[in-house]
Amino acid sequence: MTDIQSYLNAYDGPPLRLMEVCGTHTAQISRCGITGMLSPAVRMISGPGCPVCVTVTAYIDKLVALSMEPENVVVTFGDMLRVPGGSRNLNDAKATGGHVRMVYSPLDTLKLAADDPARTYIFAAVGFETTAPVYTMLLEEAISNGISNVKILTSLKTMPPVIDWICKNQGGVDGFLAPGHVSVITGSRIFEPLSEKYGIPFAVAGFEGPQILAAIYALVRKNGKAGVMNLYPGAVTEEGNRTAQKMVDKYFAPCDAAWRGMGGIPDSGLLLREEYARFDAGSAGLNDDRGANAHCRCAQVLTGAVSPNECPLFGSSCTPQTPQGACMVSMEGSCYTYFTNMRKR
Amino acid sequence: MKITMAHGSGGKATAELIEDIFEKSFHNPVLAKMEDSAVVPGAEKIAVTTDSFVVTPLFFPGGDIGRLSVCGTVNDLLMSGAKPRYLTCGFILEEGADTEELKKIAAPMAETASEAGVSIVAGDTKVVEGKGGIYINTAGVGFVPPDASLSAASCEEGDVILLSGNLGDHHAAILSERMNIRNTIQSDCAPLNEMVNALLKSGVKVKAMRDVTRGGLGTVLNEFAGASSCCMELEETAIPVSAQVRGFCEILGLDPLYMGNEGKMTAVVAAGDAQKALACMKKSRYGKNAAIIGKVVSGEPGTVLLRTPIGGTRIVTVLYGEGLPRIC
Repeated sequence: MTDIQSYLNAYDGPPLRLMEVCGTHTAQISRCGITGMLSPAVRMISGPGCPVCVTVTAYIDKLVALSMEPENVVVTFGDMLRVPGGSRNLNDAKATGGHVRMVYSPLDTLKLAADDPARTYIFAAVGFETTAPVYTMLLEEAISNGISNVKILTSLKTMPPVIDWICKNQGGVDGFLAPGHVSVITGSRIFEPLSEKYGIPFAVAGFEGPQILAAIYALVRKNGKAGVMNLYPGAVTEEGNRTAQKMVDKYFAPCDAAWRGMGGIPDSGLLLREEYARFDAGSAGLNDDRGANAHCRCAQVLTGAVSPNECPLFGSSCTPQTPQGACMVSMEGSCYTYFTNMRKR
Repeated sequence: MKITMAHGSGGKATAELIEDIFEKSFHNPVLAKMEDSAVVPGAEKIAVTTDSFVVTPLFFPGGDIGRLSVCGTVNDLLMSGAKPRYLTCGFILEEGADTEELKKIAAPMAETASEAGVSIVAGDTKVVEGKGGIYINTAGVGFVPPDASLSAASCEEGDVILLSGNLGDHHAAILSERMNIRNTIQSDCAPLNEMVNALLKSGVKVKAMRDVTRGGLGTVLNEFAGASSCCMELEETAIPVSAQVRGFCEILGLDPLYMGNEGKMTAVVAAGDAQKALACMKKSRYGKNAAIIGKVVSGEPGTVLLRTPIGGTRIVTVLYGEGLPRIC
């Protein structure tokens, strides 16, 4: 480990821009103080891997509207409450009579719904490949227990299409720190076509400081050449978790999806299949993305085009207490993480 | 028996409730007079504080709302250098609350008050509509010795920072109960009289001290660094966190630096007194895991730095965002 640290500190080869795709990686890199340990020639940039951050305003607006109807209760993780919609967020809705419940697990929705059969409990199902299987569990349980007043409003997204979008439309990335949790489900092989197509290395990384450093080291040594390296072999296999994949495939089909700041990306989302449409609270076509603040640069932050501290709102009108964009809300959002750790690079 | 609106009427039912539960549990000569206000002997300088307790659940591993309502207020008095003497308590009961539960809350309140050397000398009961919830407000009065000189603004370069034990136990215990997670984590809820008395009596020059409650250690040390215009540097590996709480935090994405505690304090002392202060803490009832966790260094005033286990450095800010609601 000391050798890796001194190598990364002393590296003076061609400048490299490495993207950590996953929000948990972004947060952990800040928490461990990793950027300060790297040579100035190695720059870490954050990608679109925080599910809350890539959610478009139309989705929030739909949740707000659903919560205001007397027969509904919107159920959500805490992060989602403060994500700005077109004009209001879920907290605002709650304060003006909207029915919003915060839970720690989507499965808590079942009990709430069973205890209150007169109302429909709608879970705000955001996330990537990692979380999608949990929503299938929610639906399985609802079906097997005959609970019919549970629905989900989905904004589910998949990683490979958005990585493809970044490489094609923006470029400038010399290596990807591939998301560990997503890879547990999808398997590391899923990144091979992208690596070959763009000639860029991928390193699947765990979440401990030393694991992240090792993955950065592997990417730097690859020096921009293709290849997928699995540095999280304890949890990630080439094929991934087949059971989870089958469950997701049973309930969901790929669909075009809108990403905050990037617009529509073909086949980058998941929507409930026709036969389970009765559980859908109206997820299709939520594509509008009109940020409340025109100066917010979340879009460019999410694709690594600018660092959070290059946004004119960062730290002035946009702070964790008064977030103007979604990246300042979530604990895994790049802006939140830069702000709360006063990260300079 | 269930609490009804009649128990808040101020009439017979109220009197019976007070007599049956509160007077019996908190019995002392001042309270026994049942006057409109308690009249007590005083001191030249007194410390006054108040705190309200709305924790859910009411009973949790390692404590309950009753013990908590005494510890919270007593510890606040202690941190200003005062000797806690008197408490008042106000109960806000929702209709449907259970008198058996109330007794189970009053008993540990009385026990903790006795441990902390305070008398509960006045109180109030109100009943509101609701679903059986119980809320407590306590106010506390302490006597301040004339020579007390504690201040968040008096930390200087070279001073050493101590923490009295493991971080995050209370927060993790409450969250585990709410999420139905099985583990053996216990709240650290405790009055810190013995520890503070030992520290102050030992001759250690204590510059500043504070109990580490909501907002966590990160927030408290930022308040010190800001008030003293100094830079503090912590060693992450030196900050005590139990293995169970550490694992719990990793799973849920929590940071022990921002977790609430109910029986922990941090103290800043002159460098030469550090070992003596540590020994005092370790010897006291709730301080066996106390540790020296950092020092005041030269650096950007008002900042708290943390050296991470892999050799990086990051800045520790105050807690942003919500934390966890209703942990105390």
